[in-house]
Amino acid sequence: MNRRRSIPSSLLLKPSRAQRAGRAALILLALLFLAGFLILPVVAVFTQALSQGWTIYRNSVVQQDVLSALRLTCLVAAIAVPLNVLFGIAASWAITRFDFPGKSLLITMIDIPLSVSPVVAGMMYVEVFGLHGWLGPWLMAHNLHIIFAVPGIVLATVFVTCPFVARELIPFMQAQGSDEEIAAVVLGANGWNLFWRVTLPNIKWALLYGTILAASRSIGEFGAVSVVSGHIRGQTTTLPLQVEMLYNEYNFTAAFAAASLLTLAAIVTLGIKKALEGPASGDQMETEEEKGAS
Amino acid sequence: MLVKLADNSQKRGRSWSLFRKSSPLPGFRLSFLFMAIYMTVIVFIPLTAIVLHGAREGFGAFLHTIAAPRVLASYRVTLGSAAAAAAFSALFGMLLAWVLARYSFPGKSIVDALVDLPFALPTAVAGISLTALYAEHGWIGRYLEPLGIHVAFTPIGIVMAMSFVGFPFVVRSVQPVLEDLDQAMEEAAASLGANSWQRFTRIIVPVAFPALLTGSALAFARAAGEYGSVIFIAGNMPMKTEITALLIVTKLEEYDYSGAAAIASAMLALSFTIMLLVNILQWWVQKREGKRG
Repeated sequence: MNRRRSIPSSLLLKPSRAQRAGRAALILLALLFLAGFLILPVVAVFTQALSQGWTIYRNSVVQQDVLSALRLTCLVAAIAVPLNVLFGIAASWAITRFDFPGKSLLITMIDIPLSVSPVVAGMMYVEVFGLHGWLGPWLMAHNLHIIFAVPGIVLATVFVTCPFVARELIPFMQAQGSDEEIAAVVLGANGWNLFWRVTLPNIKWALLYGTILAASRSIGEFGAVSVVSGHIRGQTTTLPLQVEMLYNEYNFTAAFAAASLLTLAAIVTLGIKKALEGPASGDQMETEEEKGAS
Repeated sequence: MLVKLADNSQKRGRSWSLFRKSSPLPGFRLSFLFMAIYMTVIVFIPLTAIVLHGAREGFGAFLHTIAAPRVLASYRVTLGSAAAAAAFSALFGMLLAWVLARYSFPGKSIVDALVDLPFALPTAVAGISLTALYAEHGWIGRYLEPLGIHVAFTPIGIVMAMSFVGFPFVVRSVQPVLEDLDQAMEEAAASLGANSWQRFTRIIVPVAFPALLTGSALAFARAAGEYGSVIFIAGNMPMKTEITALLIVTKLEEYDYSGAAAIASAMLALSFTIMLLVNILQWWVQKREGKRG
């Protein structure tokens, strides 16, 4: 993102002293805003979590409920993310390598989960799989539980994270074009070889980038999961829901201790993202991201 | 474009394999079917379920639910706060985009990465953390309380939470446009005697405006649907600080599924309107980009 066109230093735009002061003031203002608005909340999470000392913090983190919430969060992400990686690859392959009617409408529709409120997203699945929903009576008769159980949480998470991989891959693959792939087919590669030897090596950074975004969101999703979870302690509470439960019980230190795990995950995500922008920006990724930016 | 449409409609009559432009690449059927089935199961069927349930009760009942006083009050709180948050995001998002696109300073790449923090930080964490900061004895709240400014458990708190999740959209929409802006135009303006304020208002603002509008619309959409970060700081008093998303959850908890579906349909209508607007805006941006070459 830091790419700047090299501009020949022009005498005309050489900043005067007043302009340099203005520049410094704007940078300072931006940094102050960032410190107060973004960094302070992160610092507050750790300060609150550690407010009663390290031992209490450690005990809050290794609590049975927190650990089982952590396990469930990892399980949900481990199912939802690979599904959305498959979807992202399939969607971007169909969209960028072939022509079919309604394509641009379809690209728009992939973004639907991003514009729907998470609460509405969760509720949709209650409407389909809930006791009063379309499939509710049938599921009940067969003793299958989706809502207020793990499958519902997975579904809600799949919904909110499904655009991430596709959105990274579509502009990237569009920019890359299919010349190399066509060459491989002409030279006799079958579909399997084509994917593993040509397409995947080309898209791996963009794919990883999208996967990281999807994983981060699936770990942190709250609204959609909250509606379908039923908040059964130790069974259907993901880590964000556990944070809410502890907080509502006025167990603030424990709530912030659980939140600190999620905050660490967020910081790691940002670090990986930053690292990935390095290798990717060398190629077309940056410019193309901007062209297709939304 | 017209030719292409005619071309497509011609093809549609023929067999499935001619549905696509002939391409030597394999895997169209597999990838297209997977995508279509996935989106139908995950997105379309559930969306239809909610709208149909909302409509099933009849138009009168639907209207009665979505126009009840408590629901109307929740729209006022949600949309008003989201609009304020979008304005706040536009202001500070523009500032950050400008600083990141134009100036270089130590630690810039860290600042650039940090802008995405609200995307990465789970909303529930943001919610409890902001509440802790702005509460009466919090790090920020303790300085605002003596001034008579109450943030936590008031609409101001809702605006702060919504701005937190919304402002990266503005930065990420405006930043690339500012980075691509050809400085030759500004140099030309400067050589003709324009001062820096004139250059800003006459060159940069017109170019960045559609992107700023897009970013603000995205921030507004996100804020209007936001749940996790808002409910902790809002106080959730009916008629005063209750957001629409929370009202849906409340209805669900009271087993009023029809009421929840009706309000959710209203929210969906809003989401799709904003989505349409953003698409039109983006089309406008692209058209302008094309014109500038």
